[in-house]
Amino acid sequence: MSEESIISLKNVNKWFGDFHVLQDVNLEVKKKERIVVCGPSGSGKSTMIRCINRLEEHQEGSIVVDGIELTGNLKNIDNVRKEVGMVFQQFNLFPHLSVKENITLAPIWVKKMPKAEAEELAMRQLEIVKIPEQANKYPGQLSGGQQQRVAIARSLAMNPNIMLFDEPTSALDPEMIKEVLDVMVDLANGGMTMIVVTHEMGFAKTVADRMVFMDEGKIVEEASPDKFFNNPDSDRTKLFLSQILHQ
Amino acid sequence: MNEINQVRKPPVATTGIIGWFRINLFFNWTNSLITLFVIYCLYQFIPWILDWTIFSADFKYNYLGEQITNQEMCSRNLDPENGGACWAVIYVRFYQFIYGFYPKVEVWRVNVAYVMLAVALLPLLYTQLPYRKYFLYFTYIFPVIAYFLLNGGLGFTEVSTNKWGGLLVTLVLGCTGIALAFPIGIMLALGRRSKLPVISMMCTLFIEFIRGVPLITLLFFGMVMLPLFLPEGIDMDGLVRVLVAVTLFQSAYMAEVIRGGLQAIPPGQYEAAKSLGMSYWRMNLLIVLPQAIRISIPPIVNTSIGLFKDTTLVIIVGILDLLGIGRGTLADTNWLGLSYEIYFFVSLVFFIFTFGMSRYSLYLEKKLKTGINMGAD
Repeated sequence: MSEESIISLKNVNKWFGDFHVLQDVNLEVKKKERIVVCGPSGSGKSTMIRCINRLEEHQEGSIVVDGIELTGNLKNIDNVRKEVGMVFQQFNLFPHLSVKENITLAPIWVKKMPKAEAEELAMRQLEIVKIPEQANKYPGQLSGGQQQRVAIARSLAMNPNIMLFDEPTSALDPEMIKEVLDVMVDLANGGMTMIVVTHEMGFAKTVADRMVFMDEGKIVEEASPDKFFNNPDSDRTKLFLSQILHQ
Repeated sequence: MNEINQVRKPPVATTGIIGWFRINLFFNWTNSLITLFVIYCLYQFIPWILDWTIFSADFKYNYLGEQITNQEMCSRNLDPENGGACWAVIYVRFYQFIYGFYPKVEVWRVNVAYVMLAVALLPLLYTQLPYRKYFLYFTYIFPVIAYFLLNGGLGFTEVSTNKWGGLLVTLVLGCTGIALAFPIGIMLALGRRSKLPVISMMCTLFIEFIRGVPLITLLFFGMVMLPLFLPEGIDMDGLVRVLVAVTLFQSAYMAEVIRGGLQAIPPGQYEAAKSLGMSYWRMNLLIVLPQAIRISIPPIVNTSIGLFKDTTLVIIVGILDLLGIGRGTLADTNWLGLSYEIYFFVSLVFFIFTFGMSRYSLYLEKKLKTGINMGAD
């Protein structure tokens, strides 16, 4: 297991004003590894993954993604963002564009792909997320679960090496959570490197190679799912698990 | 068993024409009273206005059958009991109202420009237009063609802008002001929101300064002070100076309107665009501005209509637009006292253009809304 890390966070620190939101965070992610990050709200887990594609700027420490260090260098940032796909809690589809246009936009304008090829790609991605029949609708006409699947397809169309999921099912009605998780499980089985912030512990048990538990800006515990759920080291983890598993 | 297929219809009294009347005009007795009062007022007013503007009005000849050449010959001045409006003044001065003092031999150039303007607007107004792409190319080069057509050059005799007037000046100022202010306004709005402090401060300063000064002051500024800033020997055309002032003024307002739209775009849209690897300009051009402008259509049209009417202020720096020609005509002893007719005509022309813009914005709003639920996220 001496394989090179694809994502490496070293002593990352970040403040929002005076609030120390990330405190000496260290995380190594290997290629094809699936990490599930959990923790109470305000623990810095979203901020951490948003630092990985520079939607947030870290102030101390280093973040290296696929050999590219994230600094103020705009070129590096663009290159990292081409490697990393992201799925948001609020879907963030572009409401003025149809589903197909949402997916083809970045391949056409960022990757300079010919339109016909991009549309073919979009249809393939929609097949993968199982909603090809919605291609010509607008986001506002879709259910939350469908919108989130379009968002996943939109990210995948850029052919990323790494996918970040920021609480992808938290804004969904309960009966739509499964359809999104199913797509994510397929993706994990296909060998995608994934970092998923979620409270879906069932999902975590099925796909995670490693669990990361954060609290108050620190990584409190890092363990295999088996150890994490059955025999965690820290009392904070035990308390958290007892609370969310007895909902 | 049949009941399942039966569709229950709403009660007759709430739908259709009768329902509409009942709900909107005669809902209760105060409502009915107001309706009757309004009908009575319309009954009094409409016949009178129709009589004055059309049935008893002079168009070219008075009631004696003579062709009218001055105000004394108007029917209402010959026989105050008998006459309505005296539109002959518009008829006689029509050329000035539409072209100003543009030489008669060259006036076909203005007519061609008017027709071309209509053609250039077509692809903007009708997105379903066949061969729209080629029409749009024409729209882009139209300003250049219009410049040479109206001003001269490229084989056309030069017609100095002090001979321009009337509707020609109104349209040149209005269209150029609106068309130039739109892109400048977008840049200013983006600039003001920029994270680079120098750019943001410069844009804010510009917007606040221009917006804080009356248009009349800017017009004087353009007329008197702009030449001082130019290198010696370069003389700037009077109309161009006014155009600069009008465009700057409109840009500042447009910038604030578009900034309002930009602020309504949720941060998630920017984040999604960035996470897909889009650069600042791509993100703004493809994701943010299309949505922001869509939201801002009503205020954009509002300020554009405002500018179109504000062009009448150029009269104070000696440029005769449509209203200016009207006032000039009024000062002519031949046509003294015909202010009703002249102001009515000028108002009507302005109303036709501004009402057109307002209708167009409604059409646009409706069209862009179809199938899109902007508030979904």
